[in-house]
Amino acid sequence: MRKFDTKVQHLKYKILREVARLAWTDDLLEHVTDIPAMITQGIEATMRCCVHKEQAIASERVKLAMGGDRSNPNVIQVIEMACDECPVGGYKVTDVCRGCLAHRCEDVCKKGAITFDENHVAHIDKSKCVNCGMCAKVCPYGAIQDFKRPCERACKVGAIAKDPVKECASINNNKCISCGACVYQCPFGAIMDASYILDVIDMVKKSDNNKNYKVYAIIAPAIASQFSYAKHGQIVSGIKALGFHTVVEAALGGDMVALTESQELVEKGFLTSSCCPAFVSYVQKEFPDLAPYISHNMSPMGALSKYIKETDPTAKIAFIGPCTAKKMEFQKDGVAPYVDAVITFEELQALFDSKDLDISTMSEDFLDNASYYGRIFARSGGLSDAVVQAIKEQGIENFEVSSVVCDGIEACKLALMKARALLKARKPLGFNFIEGMACQGGCIGGAGCLTHGEKNKMEVDKYGKLAHEKTIKGAVSVLNQD
Amino acid sequence: MIVQICVGSSCHIKGSHEIVDLMKKAVEEYALEDEVILAGSFCIGKCNREGVTIQIDDDVCTGVTVRGFDAFFKEQILGRLNM
Repeated sequence: MRKFDTKVQHLKYKILREVARLAWTDDLLEHVTDIPAMITQGIEATMRCCVHKEQAIASERVKLAMGGDRSNPNVIQVIEMACDECPVGGYKVTDVCRGCLAHRCEDVCKKGAITFDENHVAHIDKSKCVNCGMCAKVCPYGAIQDFKRPCERACKVGAIAKDPVKECASINNNKCISCGACVYQCPFGAIMDASYILDVIDMVKKSDNNKNYKVYAIIAPAIASQFSYAKHGQIVSGIKALGFHTVVEAALGGDMVALTESQELVEKGFLTSSCCPAFVSYVQKEFPDLAPYISHNMSPMGALSKYIKETDPTAKIAFIGPCTAKKMEFQKDGVAPYVDAVITFEELQALFDSKDLDISTMSEDFLDNASYYGRIFARSGGLSDAVVQAIKEQGIENFEVSSVVCDGIEACKLALMKARALLKARKPLGFNFIEGMACQGGCIGGAGCLTHGEKNKMEVDKYGKLAHEKTIKGAVSVLNQD
Repeated sequence: MIVQICVGSSCHIKGSHEIVDLMKKAVEEYALEDEVILAGSFCIGKCNREGVTIQIDDDVCTGVTVRGFDAFFKEQILGRLNM
């Protein structure tokens, strides 16, 4: 079974795996420079113009696997050399144009930018064209295409542009929300999320088999749709075989958040969610006037980590999830004391293989801390369902949750614009809760997932239904022992 | 006395929830709120085939079940408190 969606992911994985392999045995310092040659193998180029460029890019990937450019506050970083500098011409007529008679493109163009040559083939006058895309829409042959870089197309917050001097992609950190969409979409793998796998390996090694302190793995509920070649219990066994003391579901943090967030919603009357760090960052950067409405609750990761550190003060905690933005969140002042590192599912796969662990042959351990509602946080709409349920379970009457479920950052933008306009005009909103998820489909669409697919939402719901605890209060009540 | 009931995955599905409820009730019944500090723990590292793991100060008791709870409480909690 395929472990990844793309070959770019596979390449990144191989680098991470080799870095990790050397780190476990303390050989990284001595052999780090051998990794690029291991990746390219032989003297024939298979990816780029020559093997030397391949190796040079591989070295850059090794740097990112080791934490990247620490002077860059953003974990999403461009490997300039790897950027293919894709053409950015905007709308162009391709050779698919048959020089038809209808000339719908000409008729629809309000700017008069379409002209025809002696063969009736259309051409776009770039001095007049405003890239509205109408011509492309009406062409019966689909002959007009938008030549836009895949990274720019992926970035719905407009944080990526061509560097005017170097031509390669350049990220504007003032706009970037670290969602990782560009990382997943760049066909050349020229954008990568910096990795904290070395921090995790160091944490595990220094614990001396959890004798000096215990290392906890908090695993995001999106795990339900991942590692489809193994069972959930085997993933837990694998994580423990890496040297973790135990594995706890972040979904339990979801249950905790659902209770407190629903109380906050009733109290304040209008709220946006705070679970998705990319969404929170987006509100803070583009809608600072709405920032006071962001729920003051920590994310499920933060809330659960705080609880664990309160019961076990020397604990070290690594969060494992689908999310690159979590790598920013855990460094924030309010979260940093509780979470020690964040890695993705991709990186977890690399860690398994760096120790040659085949989890599909392992025995099944248990993973059961949360309720159905905590688990469905992983997919769009789940958080809203959980808040409704939490209100019901707490017996709060006379309060109706009216949620706008925003699936992807574009939907978030629309809801936030609407909220801003209505609040300004002092008009009733018609809704009282914005569930903001930056990735399509919710966390299961995260850039750090191994695979993305139609069935993932179903897998999350299925996994949710397997939960031992049937209610949010039931899941959380075991924690409040005093 | 610090009593930590394991709520890790393995114990959870073997009844941590019920044991927590029973423990809270028993502590209340015997008015031991000042003597016993209840706390949770994610995995004490002694996952058992049956029942829940409970750590009392530095000692670990495994296999605590709903059926055996009364005996456990009398022996391990009341016993230690010389009650």
